[in-house]
Amino acid sequence: MHIFIFGLVNSVILALFASGFALVYGVSRLANFAHGALYILVGFSTWLFLNRVGINYIGSIVLSILIVSLIGGAIYRFLLIRVKGMPDSEIIASLSIGIAIMELFRWRGFISETYMLPPFVKGSVNLLGVMIDWQRLLIIGVGLAIMASLWVFTHHTKVGLSLRAIAQDKHASMMSGIEPDRTAVIALAMGSALAGISAVVILPLGNITVETGYMVLINAIAVCIVGGLGSWAGVFAGALLLGFSQILATALLGPHWQMVVVLLFIIITLIIKPSGLLGRQKELEERV
Amino acid sequence: MDSATQERRKERIDRGIKVRTEGIYAISSWQGITYMALPTVAFVVGLLILPLVVPTMAWQRIIVIACLFALLALVFDFLTNFVGIVCLGGAFFTGVGGYISGLLNSAWGIPIIFTIPIATLGGAIICTLFLLPCLPMRGIYFAIVSLMYPLLFARVIQALNIFGGTDGLPGLSTFPNIWVELYLVLPIIILLTFGIRRLVNEDFGIVLRAIRDNDQAVKASNINITWFKTKAVLLGSAIGCFAGAYLAHLYGWMGLSLFALDFSIFPIAATVVGGGGTLVGPVIGAFILAPLSEMLRAFGPLRVVFYSLILAGLVIFSTEGLVPYLERKYHQFERWIEV
Amino acid sequence: MNQEVVLRAKGISKSFGGVKAVNQVSFDLFKGEILGIIGPNGSGKTTLVNIITGFVKPDEGVIFAGEKKITGLSPHQISGLGIVRTFQIPRPYPSLSAVKNLVVPLFSSRIQRTTGGKLGDRDTVALDILEEIGFERDAHAPYKPASTFSEGYLKRLELARCLALRPHTIIMDEIFSGLSVSEITAMIPIIERLQMNGITIMMVEHRVRELFQLANRVMVMNFGQKIAEDVPTEIAKSEVVKQAYLGVK
Repeated sequence: MHIFIFGLVNSVILALFASGFALVYGVSRLANFAHGALYILVGFSTWLFLNRVGINYIGSIVLSILIVSLIGGAIYRFLLIRVKGMPDSEIIASLSIGIAIMELFRWRGFISETYMLPPFVKGSVNLLGVMIDWQRLLIIGVGLAIMASLWVFTHHTKVGLSLRAIAQDKHASMMSGIEPDRTAVIALAMGSALAGISAVVILPLGNITVETGYMVLINAIAVCIVGGLGSWAGVFAGALLLGFSQILATALLGPHWQMVVVLLFIIITLIIKPSGLLGRQKELEERV
Repeated sequence: MDSATQERRKERIDRGIKVRTEGIYAISSWQGITYMALPTVAFVVGLLILPLVVPTMAWQRIIVIACLFALLALVFDFLTNFVGIVCLGGAFFTGVGGYISGLLNSAWGIPIIFTIPIATLGGAIICTLFLLPCLPMRGIYFAIVSLMYPLLFARVIQALNIFGGTDGLPGLSTFPNIWVELYLVLPIIILLTFGIRRLVNEDFGIVLRAIRDNDQAVKASNINITWFKTKAVLLGSAIGCFAGAYLAHLYGWMGLSLFALDFSIFPIAATVVGGGGTLVGPVIGAFILAPLSEMLRAFGPLRVVFYSLILAGLVIFSTEGLVPYLERKYHQFERWIEV
Repeated sequence: MNQEVVLRAKGISKSFGGVKAVNQVSFDLFKGEILGIIGPNGSGKTTLVNIITGFVKPDEGVIFAGEKKITGLSPHQISGLGIVRTFQIPRPYPSLSAVKNLVVPLFSSRIQRTTGGKLGDRDTVALDILEEIGFERDAHAPYKPASTFSEGYLKRLELARCLALRPHTIIMDEIFSGLSVSEITAMIPIIERLQMNGITIMMVEHRVRELFQLANRVMVMNFGQKIAEDVPTEIAKSEVVKQAYLGVK
């Protein structure tokens, strides 16, 4: 039961990490390697607003998420747009930007002090015989809420439907008047926002460090590889699989085995079904 | 015609001497021969005497580092621009190569002269095996996975505390002296640069280039492109693992830093600066960036910021690179003409 | 008259998403003939070619090359058996010269097998093939990068690429498309010569008139299904075919 609850929490955390990345990839086929950087950007800026500028917690959060969403969209609009269509350049460019941001934080010394965000609700509760803190329950709640609202958004709103259309068939959507560039900017902004929301609910569990940024990136990509790039259900499946496996490994072998689990699963996925559990990536064979 | 509104445009024409040295006519005059041979000679001689003209031993060390980065850049250029495989995992090669040779040396006391070749070959096989499943897939998979591997491997080593864990393993054998360090690797760079250049013009290399241009057509021509890509990756990872092994013995220390992102990013930057697709360009790019990087070392992480921004800028604004620019200047001249 | 069947397809079906691109198509390709395949846009002709040549896997059905079952084999395996194809939009290697373009198929295992490794200099062999197909040997053309060629020459290069593999069967996917009338007129004798040299040809075409000059038999497709198969003169008279193209009820 312990494993079930914490496994669930971990899975939701991983799904949250991956959602921003998966959204951007699913819509504009852009692998946004600045994802991790945007995540900690929100974390740090919230901390700054809260502790240096003196805005209240909710305000800091909202402000940070807004700002980082704008930054995300701007990154596409002014920088990545120039390399669109060349996936390798996109990766290199977004990776460079991401590294620049993260290392900038490192240089400014964001590792000496301990940077933390306070949890929303303190304390724990006894759930089905397991002691779990409210923050983690909040994470589950937020995670599920996000998944649900994303589903509603992409199925029932105009913008959301256009995102799905582009994801399924770029050319057909272009002919229906949907502009891929504008949609990509929106996608990147939303992806950043998702990263931000994930950040503010998850970061209170620990510190904000530069290493976290890399961690988020690695985990997000791992989930997408295992679950299948370009598939929402895949993100779920991947997150669940990795999430529970990590907790199992921690329980049976120790906490440092988490990364090993990630590596193992990527290798196994690549060997057995390279496109991922539910991946709809066609292999090169079918691209005629 | 109103001369005030006359337009001008730039025109590029081959220099006289270039035209006179087309094909067989190159050997018809001393000037011709000099003209054709100068760039190559300058490159080779320049590299070989470089260590002799720099002021201090610290600089000589930097040259060795530049050499190793040049090797990685060569691999990146080869794989990306001649085979069409974008490899973002330079650090994967250096890490695997470095760790293999380090382990052989520290656990069994095998001397450098053996650890480096074994690490080169063994590392190549291991790296290729790990990257094999990505080869039939769309290019982006290879890029992502190759980028991930060094990050993952480093963290796994750290987590499991194997192979020296976070602190690494010190006390490896080192090279006898700086001259060996330098003059072992410099000729190798020269050999490899010209060797790979030769390779891409041989029939085997032609097939690799065709795979980059149009893999479907190559498949339709009864060629197993996965096998060819595998061979290309074997070659590339061998060179990368060699660089990693060399590094380990350079510092006499094997540690997580062998998997550092630097080794993935730097070759890309060097290639972009020097000019992709030229093979020589990345090598020169490495020799430009390495000293620059050392000079910025005092700034700590800011150095990486600087790098990444430059790389992002160059990639985004698609510059042609140093070598193509120089080539153009050498072979052609520009002038304004009236339209 | 018992003719040898070079290619036999039975019950081929393929859907993409909800659309049935190919629906229970069966046909035989006889040795030495030219079989034309026509049909309006979207009738599934190119998908059929992709399935036969291994680029797309069918949902149902089997394909035999002689006695050997080739369903599901990859393109490089099928071309190794001597069944080659041209692409509707030519796929040359733009950064390489025409000569080097042909070096690629000459490097294949099929060639190594059939020549026992004694092919000689691939560049020379490539030039021979190019000459056959209409490139002048001593001119600059064979050495220019393929990116500079006109459509007509690109199509010839496609054929040359096929010939380099010493095939027994060539499947041409709209080889006349994008060509001017004079280019097509120049291409026809080349195709006739191929047939005279014993090569079996399957031609998917839109240019019905020119195709009818060449084809021994013609198969008509519409909405993924085979709706007619006969000699050209009968097909030309067929009401069914007219309806398919013009939608006349």
